[in-house]
Amino acid sequence: MLAFIIRRVLQSVVVLLVVGLVAFSLFRFVGDPVDNLLGQERTIEDIDRVRSELGLDQPFPVQYFRFLQGVAQGNFGVSFRQGRPVADILAERAPATLELAAVSALFAIVLGITLGVYTAIRRDGWLSNFIMTSSLIGVSLPTFLIGILLIYVFAVELGWLPSFGRGETVRIGWWTTGLLTESGLKAIILPAITLGLYQMTLIMRLVRAEMLEVLRSDYVKFARARGLNQRSVYFRHALKNTLVPVITITGLQLGSIIAFAIITETVFQWPGVGLLFINSIQFVDIPVMASYLMLISVMFVVINLIVDLLYFAIDPRLSASRGGGH
Amino acid sequence: MDDVLLSVRDLVVQFPTRGGILTALDGISFDIKRGEVLGVVGESGAGKSMTGAAIIGLIEPPGRIAGGQIHLDGERIDNLSMDDMRAVRGKRIAMVFQDPLTSLNPLFTIAEQLVETIQTHLNVSAKEARDRAIALLDDVGIPAASRRIDDYPHQFSGGMRQRVVIALALAAEPDLVIADEPTTALDVSVQAQIIDVLKRLCSERGASVMLITHDMGVIAETADRVAVLYAGRLAEIGPVRDVIKDALHPYTHGLMGSIPTLAQEDDRLVQIPGAMPRLTDIPDGCAFNPRCDRVFDRCRVERPDPMPHGTRQVACWLYDEQQIKAAE
Repeated sequence: MLAFIIRRVLQSVVVLLVVGLVAFSLFRFVGDPVDNLLGQERTIEDIDRVRSELGLDQPFPVQYFRFLQGVAQGNFGVSFRQGRPVADILAERAPATLELAAVSALFAIVLGITLGVYTAIRRDGWLSNFIMTSSLIGVSLPTFLIGILLIYVFAVELGWLPSFGRGETVRIGWWTTGLLTESGLKAIILPAITLGLYQMTLIMRLVRAEMLEVLRSDYVKFARARGLNQRSVYFRHALKNTLVPVITITGLQLGSIIAFAIITETVFQWPGVGLLFINSIQFVDIPVMASYLMLISVMFVVINLIVDLLYFAIDPRLSASRGGGH
Repeated sequence: MDDVLLSVRDLVVQFPTRGGILTALDGISFDIKRGEVLGVVGESGAGKSMTGAAIIGLIEPPGRIAGGQIHLDGERIDNLSMDDMRAVRGKRIAMVFQDPLTSLNPLFTIAEQLVETIQTHLNVSAKEARDRAIALLDDVGIPAASRRIDDYPHQFSGGMRQRVVIALALAAEPDLVIADEPTTALDVSVQAQIIDVLKRLCSERGASVMLITHDMGVIAETADRVAVLYAGRLAEIGPVRDVIKDALHPYTHGLMGSIPTLAQEDDRLVQIPGAMPRLTDIPDGCAFNPRCDRVFDRCRVERPDPMPHGTRQVACWLYDEQQIKAAE
């Protein structure tokens, strides 16, 4: 088990190095940050001075190496645009994104599994058919459109919920949370649904398909033949077997919830890291962009590791065979 | 006939399909006495497993019992509500399935599965349920039961898993155990042991067994009586000894002829020509008539119902008393 974790962590480091490299090479084509920093009235001397201050006059491999060196020491560099350490800016913004992602993941998982199990058990009921049909809408509509539609209905027409921002926040240490104030809770509903709807329908359809498969299995038949009650057959014997493949997809989906938060944050002007990233691109703020991408990939890697560990927790057959990753 | 435990009368099971209604079981009647082992034989698709599924009330939808009655201990059970039937399953009628590798839930320990089953039907504490479970595993011949009870199914061999399955089936002391090809998926060397365990435990507990198999050897050694099914109908039923020694129905006769014996001198086994008809095109009259070597006109138009003949019942016009009288 420990060997497995260590191996996965080492693999993860390689993944992160590659992500950093790709990100860094892409940034060379985004534009020249010096243009934005100095404006129209710059002289060639100014440009050279800023360039060497920021280390941009160094060759590409040296820049990349310096960045890595900094990251290894917990120093993500200084934002070109704001002139503040990137680590501070990210720490300021991350709670908003993480809360949004957590709430929409919760929404997607709870509702997805519940509806998936329901539509599998009542396979031919009219409500199941209705849910299945409407879930197609969730799968096929693009995120920004869902966001705009929700804003139109619930913010513009009904006026129940705010259309942008995070509401009031409360500070707990360095973490700011919007989940403890009424306006904060109201503000998170629409973005969370927007972000989680696609994942929710995906999880639901997956759970349903897996559940139907499991309900046909011999051990479910045998459980029924032993007279176990419905609740136990469905939610103990069937659901646990359904979860193994569902966890894989859900894990990957959680990663993309954080990544796709960019679009939702833009639509709802949610002050998270996604919005920060979009703004940074406009200003070619390379340290911010690079750190953001590193942060997202760290999250992906961590989630994947957790998913792999969850397999061991759920399926006893794996601990016997000593699984070695994918 | 007060020692009859299970009585099945004119059981009809149908499946509505796009091409019309399929009749999987067509008027099956038989009894199982208390403590008796009834063997059920027939080709694949003859309706052996369907009969078991109908009795325990687990026919896969859209299939349904379309006619007939099933009585357990004098009480009608084929029309019970879901909840009432659930109390019968496991508690009074248990089932052992064919494949022990897939019958056990891979994600739960043997203890969890046994204790849950025991506590569903018997009002005992978790501790008592666990003690009972260990005793059961001991009974079915699992070595070091008190230690192995916390293992997962994948840590057992196929034969051991089938023993666990039997323990699960017997957990609530049922009156009837339906064993649906319990040894088909096992090694030949293990088959006899499993049948042994099943037979011994059931007779110790006074439980009846309905043993579904296509292995006549198993039937000959284990069953008291045997029912032969063909195309969803009962061809012949009677004491095993009589049926094996002197099969009445031409189909049973052919079935017995296809068992290899040591004394046999021919190189080839006897084979019944043709194949069992599909449920969609069962011929008029006797379902076996196109393959029968003793067929006559009446078989092609009139369907024979099981008629008594000595210790047995046989659905064949050859044994119609009036017919025999007329011939004399």
